[in-house]
Formats: sequence, C-alpha cells, structure tokens
Amino acid sequence: LVLISILGLHCEYFTRTHVNYEIKGDVAVIRMNDPSVNTLSVQMQREMTEVMDEVWGNSAVQSVVLISSKPGSFIAGADLNMIQACTTAEEVTLLSQEGQKMFEKIEKSPKPIVAAINGSCLGGGLEFAIACQYRIATKSKKTVLGCPEVMLGLLPGAGGTQRLPKMLGLPSAFDMVLTGRSIRPDKAKKMGLVHQLVDTLGPGLKSPEERTIEYLEEVAVEAARGLAKKQIPLTKEKGLMQKIQDHVMSYPFVRQQIYNTVQKKVMKQTKGLYPAPLKIIECVKAGLEQGPTAGYLAESQNFGKLAMTPESKALIGLYHGQVTCKKNRFGTPEKEVKALAVLGAGLMGAGIAQVSVDKGIHTILKDTTLEGLSRGEQQVYKGLNDKTKKKSITTFERDSFLSNLTGQLDYNGFNKADMVIEAVFEDLSIKHKVLKEVEAVIPPHCIFATNTSALPIKDIAAVSKRPEKVIGMHYFSPVDKMQLLEIITTDKTSKDTTASAVAVGLKQGKVIIVVGDGPGFYTTRCLAPMLAEAVRVLQEGVDPKKLDSLTTGFGFPVGAATLADEVGIDVAAHVAEDLGKAFGSRFGGGNIEFLKSMVDKGFKGRKSGKGCYIYQPGLKRRDVNTEALEILESYKLTPNAAISSDSDIQYRLVSRFVNEAVLCLQEGILANPVEGDIGAVFGLGFPPCLGGPFRFVDSFGADKLVEKMRKFEEVFGNQFTPCQLLLDHAKDPSKKFHK
Amino acid sequence: IKKTLAKPGVKNIVLVDGVRTPFLQSGTIYADLMPHDLARAALQGLLNRTGLPKDAVDYIVYGTVIQEVKTSNVAREAALGAGFSDKTPAHTVTMACISSNQAMTTAVGLIAAGQCDAVVAGGVEFMSDVPIRHSRRMRKTMLSLNKAKTLGARLSLLGSIRLAHLAPELPAVAEFSTAETMGHSADRLAAAFGVSRLEQDEFALRSHTLAKKAQDSGLLSDVISFKVPGKDIVSKDNGIRPSTMEQMAKLKPAFIKPHGTVTAANSSFLTDGASAVLIMSEEKALAMGYKPKAYLRDFVYVSQDPKDQLLLGPTYATPKVLEKSGLTLNDIDVFEFHEAFAGQIMANLKAMESDWFAQTYMGRKTKVGAPPMEKFNSWGGSLSLGHPFAATGCRLVTTVAHRLQKEGGQYGLVAACAAGGQGHAMVIEAYPQ
Repeated sequence: LVLISILGLHCEYFTRTHVNYEIKGDVAVIRMNDPSVNTLSVQMQREMTEVMDEVWGNSAVQSVVLISSKPGSFIAGADLNMIQACTTAEEVTLLSQEGQKMFEKIEKSPKPIVAAINGSCLGGGLEFAIACQYRIATKSKKTVLGCPEVMLGLLPGAGGTQRLPKMLGLPSAFDMVLTGRSIRPDKAKKMGLVHQLVDTLGPGLKSPEERTIEYLEEVAVEAARGLAKKQIPLTKEKGLMQKIQDHVMSYPFVRQQIYNTVQKKVMKQTKGLYPAPLKIIECVKAGLEQGPTAGYLAESQNFGKLAMTPESKALIGLYHGQVTCKKNRFGTPEKEVKALAVLGAGLMGAGIAQVSVDKGIHTILKDTTLEGLSRGEQQVYKGLNDKTKKKSITTFERDSFLSNLTGQLDYNGFNKADMVIEAVFEDLSIKHKVLKEVEAVIPPHCIFATNTSALPIKDIAAVSKRPEKVIGMHYFSPVDKMQLLEIITTDKTSKDTTASAVAVGLKQGKVIIVVGDGPGFYTTRCLAPMLAEAVRVLQEGVDPKKLDSLTTGFGFPVGAATLADEVGIDVAAHVAEDLGKAFGSRFGGGNIEFLKSMVDKGFKGRKSGKGCYIYQPGLKRRDVNTEALEILESYKLTPNAAISSDSDIQYRLVSRFVNEAVLCLQEGILANPVEGDIGAVFGLGFPPCLGGPFRFVDSFGADKLVEKMRKFEEVFGNQFTPCQLLLDHAKDPSKKFHK
Repeated sequence: IKKTLAKPGVKNIVLVDGVRTPFLQSGTIYADLMPHDLARAALQGLLNRTGLPKDAVDYIVYGTVIQEVKTSNVAREAALGAGFSDKTPAHTVTMACISSNQAMTTAVGLIAAGQCDAVVAGGVEFMSDVPIRHSRRMRKTMLSLNKAKTLGARLSLLGSIRLAHLAPELPAVAEFSTAETMGHSADRLAAAFGVSRLEQDEFALRSHTLAKKAQDSGLLSDVISFKVPGKDIVSKDNGIRPSTMEQMAKLKPAFIKPHGTVTAANSSFLTDGASAVLIMSEEKALAMGYKPKAYLRDFVYVSQDPKDQLLLGPTYATPKVLEKSGLTLNDIDVFEFHEAFAGQIMANLKAMESDWFAQTYMGRKTKVGAPPMEKFNSWGGSLSLGHPFAATGCRLVTTVAHRLQKEGGQYGLVAACAAGGQGHAMVIEAYPQ
C-alpha cells in the first residue's frame, strides 16, 4: 500500500505539465511553464492549487518564490478561450469566483510568497502577482504590468478591482484599470506596484535570457528568505505624500468626488458605448464603500455580465483578428528586405522611412527637391526625437536609428535595393514615370511597391516590365501612429512578392490586411460612400459639429466632418470623382461640386488651416468655418423628414459603409471577414465596440440592416441597395460572418 | 630561455624606464594641484631617473580622461612646465582607462615609422578637481549675453534666467551611449558570470595584501618622491588598506541596491596620479648608453558592446595578441591586468576559462584559458594601488618590466578594459640581462 501511494505521488508529480517546484533550502521555487504561453488556464489553476497545497503542507518550507520559466512572459493573462467557452454570465461569474478564492488563499498565505516577474504580467497574471506578498520585476523591455481587460470589454475579475485601489490609491488604480495601459518596470516601482527591480544581464556563461531568469530567481529567493526571517518588512513606511493622500481619501465625500469625476470622464470618452469602464467604477466603489464581501461579489457578477456583452465579444474578436493579421499567411519570402528605398519625402514617404529605420532597415529616402527632402528628413528626426522625450528610446538609439537613413535626390544606391516603395503624388502619369525610372536602376529581385489610396495597382503596373514584382502598399497617415497597412495584390503579383511585402510591413510593426486590386481597394472603397453620404447630410443643413457628434455618438473615434478635414477635402474630392467614375451612381450622394468649390477657395482641410473647421496653430478649440457654410448654402438640399432623424442619419452613414464592405467580400476583394473588420477598425476608425462591419452585421442582424436600407433606398435609390451577400445573410439568420 | 619575439624587418623598440607619482586617493594631499602639475612631477621624475638630456626627446604623448579645460593639451603644458625644450612637440590622447596605453603605442608607432627615436609617453588623471559646468540653458544665455549690444537686450536675457538654469552639470563615470555608470555595468557583468560577493571580496583583499607586501618590500620602485607645494614630500601610494573579510562583508552594495555585489571595497577608488615612460628604438637607447628594461612587442586594441560587455576587453584582447606573437597563455611569465573592479576581473577570468563564451561570442574554437593566479598581479593592482584613469597603462607596463627582471621571466602580458567597451593588450619581452 505504501508502495502504491508513493508511486501514486510520483505519477502525480510527473503528470504536471504546467507547474513544477523545487525546494531550495527553506524556499520553495514554483515554476510555471505552460507548453505554449503561460495563461491562467484550468490546467494551470489546478496544478497551481495542488502545488500550493503541498508547499503549505511542507514544514521545511518557510517562504515561496513564484516564477515563470518562459523568457518573455510571467503570466500573459487569463485564458480567453476559457471565458469564451462559457454560454451564460453565471458560468463566467463562477470562473471569476474561483480565481478570487485562489488568490485569497495566496494573499493570506502564512508563508510569504514572492512573485518574480520577467516578461508580460498582464490581466489575471497581474492579479496573481498583486495577491502575493512581495513583487520583484526585471527591467527587461519585455516586462510590462497591466490590466488590459478593459480593452477586451471586461474587468479584472480575480480581485484586481479590489486590491489595486488599496495598493496604489484610487487615482493610480483607476488610471491603470480604466485605460488598461501597460506599465513599465521603473514606473511600476515608483507607483509601488513592485517592491524591487532586477537588471537584465548580458552575455555570461549562459545566454542572457537564461541567466537573467536565473538571476531573478536568486534575488527572489534571497528576498523570500529575508521576508520569512522578517528582515525585510512587508509594509513599507509610507511617504508624506502617501500619508496626506490616504488622509484625504478617508473622507467619503472626497472619494465620491473622485467617482463622479472619473465617471464623467469615462462617459465623455466612451459616449456610454462601452459598459466595462462603468462596471469597473461600480466594483471599485462597492469594495471601498461597502466592504470586501460586496466588492468581490460585484466584481465577479459584473465580470460575468460583461463577458456576455456584444461589446466584449466585438473587442475580443478584434484582439484575435489583430493577432491573425500580425502573421504572414504567405510564408517566408525568399530574400529578406534589408535595403529599402522610399520615393518621395512627403508626409507618407517620411513616415514609411521612420518606421523602417527604427527597425534596422537601411532606408534611402529620395525626393526631387532639396526642400522636400529636408522637410522629410526633419519629420523622421522629429518622430524619433519625440520618442526620446517620452523616454521610450534613448538619444543614442535615436542616433543609431538615424544612421540607417540616407537622404538623397538621385538614384544612387538603388542598384542594391531589395524593395522600393514609392509615395509620390497620386497621379497615374507621375506614377508611371517613376516606375519606369526606377525599373531602369534596380536589380532584378527588387520589389516595386506603390503607396496609393485609390489608384488601381494594375493600372500603375501596366507600364512595368516585371509586373510580378509590383504590389500596392497602402499606408495610413500618420504612418508612425496608424497601425494598419493594406497590401494590394494584382492577378500578376507573385506570391513571393506578397510574402515579402507582408514581411516588411510586419517588421514595421503593422497590422496587415491583404486585399485584391480594384478602385479604392477595400478601405478607401468603404470610406468613399460614407463620406458621400456625409456631404449630403451637410447639404441637408446639418451643422458639421452635429454631424461629428452623430458619428462619434455611434462609436467612430473621429467625426465624419473632422475626418474629411483630416483626409483632405481635395483628396476626398479626387477619390470621390475617381470612384464615382468606376462605380457609377452607387457612389453618389453628396455633390462633388461642393467639395470642388471648397478646394477652389483653398479649404483643403486641416493641412490648409481651413476645411469644415478653422484650424489655428496652438488652439485646441475649433470653430466651424462659416465660409464653408456659405458655400453649402448654394448646394442646399431639402431633407426628407421620414429618414432624417438622428438615428436615421447615423444608419445612412454606417449602412453604406457596411454594405460596401460586404460587397468587397462578395467580390473577393477581401479574403475573409476578419481582415475586413481589422481594416475598417484600424484603418478607418469603424467603432471598435461594434467590432467591425462584419461583426456588426452579425450582432445587429442582417435582416434589420436590410430593412433600414430598403427604407433609405426608397428615397435615394441604388446607393442603398443591399448587396447579394448581405441579402443572403438577411434571409438566413443562421448565416454569420464570424462563428 | 625561450625564443625572442623580434621579427625581421620590424624595429626593436624598448622601454628604457618608467616612473610614476605616488597614487593618492583624490581629495587628499594633491587636492590643490592642477593636472599638469602631477604630469610635470612624473616627467621630471623620469628625467631624474634616466638622466636624459631634455633636448634628446623627439616627442611627448600624454593621456588624460577627464580634461581640465584650461590645459586641454595637458601634454604640452606639462612638458613646458617640466623644462623640456620648447622645440619638443607634445600631444594629448584620450581612450578612457587605456589612454596611456594609447600614448605608449602612439610612441611605438612614431618610432616604428622611423619618425622619432626617443619618445616620452605618459598619463595623468586628477579627480580632486573636475570640470563642473553650468547647465546648457545657462551657458546659452551667458554666450548670448556676450553678443547682446544694448542694455535692454542684456536685461531681457538676464531676466530669462530661471532658478533651474543654475543647477550645475556634474561629470559622471557613465557611458554616454547607455547612460549606465561603470559600477552598475560591473555589477551586472559579475552577475552574468555568476561571480559571488565572496569571490569579489576575496580578490580585493588579495590585491590589497599583495600591494602592501610589495610596498613594504620596496618592490614598487617606479614610484618617485614628490614634494607637493605647501605639503610634505609624498613617496607612497595611500590607498593600500588590507582589511578583513568580515569588515568587507559589512559594506552595502554601491550601485545595485539592495542585491548588488559591487561595493566600495571591491572597486577601484577615485585616484590622483601621473605616470611616464621613456620609449626608444633599441639602437638609440644603446647608442645613448642605456640598458633598456624590456622590449615592447605586439599589441592590440579591441572593442565590443558598450552595454553588456563594457568591461570584457581583456577577454577579447588576450587571445588576439597572443596569436599575433605566436604565443600561448602558458608561455607568459608575468600577467598585469587592470583591476577596475574585483567583479570585472573575476568575470574576465571566467569568460577566458569558458569554451562556450569563446565559441558563442568570440568566434573562436576554444577558450584561451585563465592566467594562473600565482603569475597574476602579484604586486597588487588598480584595486589597491589606485587607478588614476589615464596613468594606469604606464604603471602596468613598467610593472611587467620590473617583475620580469625580478622574477626572471621572459614574456609579460598587459591587458586592460576601458569605457566605451574597448580593451587593449600588449606583449612585453624582458631585455636580456
């Protein structure tokens, strides 16, 4: 019997695949090592509970170190699949309560537990860490702490909303939980989120990564011993500021004031479209005002409720989509692009150069004039220098990145380029001229990518001697801020060319969709009808400010009028005209002549200082451009009262966008709905809470959308005719774009 | 007797002699001097020691790290002050802790190229006084003030001065490229190679013990006496303080807190001092009737990542210079390595002893091996004798020559690390007795 039980134990020990431990003297070192990524999965939780029970029951153990064996992550968060597998709020609440219980035991551990953090410590991982008695983090660039749940429409459901306010004070805790921002180690130390920092190590007798984890463990083991022997105090003497803050916070009306302020700020930023931040405030408030029992209950119940909201599902869908669009589905290119040349040092060209040089790609930036080149190089410098001010890079790194940039006016060095991206003026004849010039000087393997927002790539490639090497790379402005890159392939573009373009884009840090060729590709094609509708709405007498508030009220981060100013009225006119020619009356709506009159007056949007609004340097406040209103007067339309309520206007704008997106999928411009959603949200600001046009159709109901469109169609005609694929989905409610 | 390292067609270059001022902890007896005063003392000491006619020197090269702005070419100011002919050109070099190594190899280069026959090289560092500057904003205002023509313009400039602009800028022993202090990097290096606090304290204690022994037995004959104006004659280094392991264990880490291992006791301390050597072509030395102390043979400079491999110069330089000379580690009788930190020395020894490191980071098939401790820094080192940055190189070379003479060895090896992730090594051959 004894033998069997020993064997049993033995077996049990060896069947653990996610958590193991080692006793070092009087310290138990628990190592987490999920075969894929460390998440708080069912398996991880089960094994952790077993291990903790063994450790607590072992009288030789005085203290504990909790560490990950994965170089890049402590615990990346809860297991999303585990939450998504639940079908009711109650199930999710139960998950949350199990987590709460587990961490409560950790918090009340009679043996001090040190969380030794290297790499990402996010979500449930952070909640685990803050339940421990002591935290040590490495200064690695990969080490980040945060509660990103809010970005997934959730809340920290395993004690995060209860422990953080007590640990950091209300303001810092709210900031962390409501923004979901990642906190770097030095900041975490300052905030009091971790107790001690450990440097990363360079080459030694082992690889830097391996030795750094070992070193972290050594330091943590020493700290654990110190804690057990009470040589290291568990509570730090509070500073004067902290004492004052605590005192002030002890007044209920002060706390009430903070709740109100935070609530107002959240409402202003989210327009009430995102339930998670409001629920988070509710949980924090419950814990502080009614005590832990109420707080933890509120946390678990709200967590369950949030998990069932369409907003959360939309945001989680976007998260998964983003992960998908950060992979190269075309495989590894034959030749890595090490030398890049960018033609045109304008806003786009310089932006492309910036996101390339800081990834170690040698980049030639070529312009035709010294003034243009100088402006472009300054833009790159400024973009990188601003990062040094935010301390995300050092001045030395800035200098070394800039050493990858060569500014020039000629084609010198193009014979060694692996890829050329042209970002010259959007004019077919200029693009043709440039392509011919470039093809005369580049080596045979070199790829020619064209950055255009609307010109069909096959038209540009028409003059190419090697069309298989020609591809479209549509960047979004400002390039260093916008995450999306839309890559456009023609029938002739080779798979290797596509693989190479995707590889470059991924290196530049982009989220990538690869779409088929056609006027406006995917993104511009969706945006154009919506802007056409926006112009009509303006012509119907809706004030630009009102138009903006209607669109932002629907969840767009930027209002339609402001968006037109940002894109440029001239560009909008140009695109509207081009796409109008290509697609006919379906792209009608607003009068293009209105846009042209604006351009004639010099109202080209933000870049010219005037558009729908007046832009004054240094002034945040924007006034409506009354001269633009005067122009509108002469294009005035009478609104049809039956389809002009606020809600009608919103759906007129959105349905044209969505219908065009679905049509792109129907026509094969889009490869799949995921890329359609990602492109719309990351490139055009489609409301993230809706998850993109396809997720929106799924959750709103294709039938309901078609019904609305039919009503508009009666008045405006084919601009609102639902496409066949949308009709198919309307007819059969079981058809969904996303499973 | 092993073979000589003389190469056909390559001029034999010799170290005639070398001296140094006593190395003193900064802020002590030298506190009121200027850097060129110390350099002057070393130069005069060299003249006295060698009996060299002042006009026999073709050229003077000096190293310095923290520059006194008034004497930016400290070599020239010191030479003039030391009474050298004003017809002898002099220039100053800087390469962090291997600045006087650079001065010496510059001299070797001048002689090898046939441009000079007798060159004085040296180095000086004066940490008792360092340039502390106004802030950049303040400097800008002050410079604009010079150009302001009207009273109004001046007043408006003066009015633009804010309290914050008055905060001074202090120099730091930190890398410009990484902003990391050297001590911090040394602590990380020690951790990377798993060097314990105990090992570091033991090595530091060894350094102090050996230095004390060498000092007491009169082996440090390169030290000259120096009458400091207004103070007594100084004739001994004052930083040698053998302690006990218990005492050293009490110290708190100086850079990485609370778990670091580098402390004040196992690091080199801020030092004032100067050194000088006389380097000649062998023919010239013999013609002038000198009995040289050693041949200066092959040397190399190396450089690597200034962040994670800041202080690994000796590891990279040693195998390279040995290969150049056709020697192995076993052929070397005397090792003199610069001891920046005990942890840095121990890390280098472990790196040199590691095949994995040699293969992974140095592109070598095997390790070079660590020097045997009985041949290593046996008269103390920078940890105990002191480390006036730019003066240390000449001390190392002179010490090798003296130890070869005393111990009867034939080959010596100097190696040192330096800020910027650079390093140096030189092979020295005893001059036949």
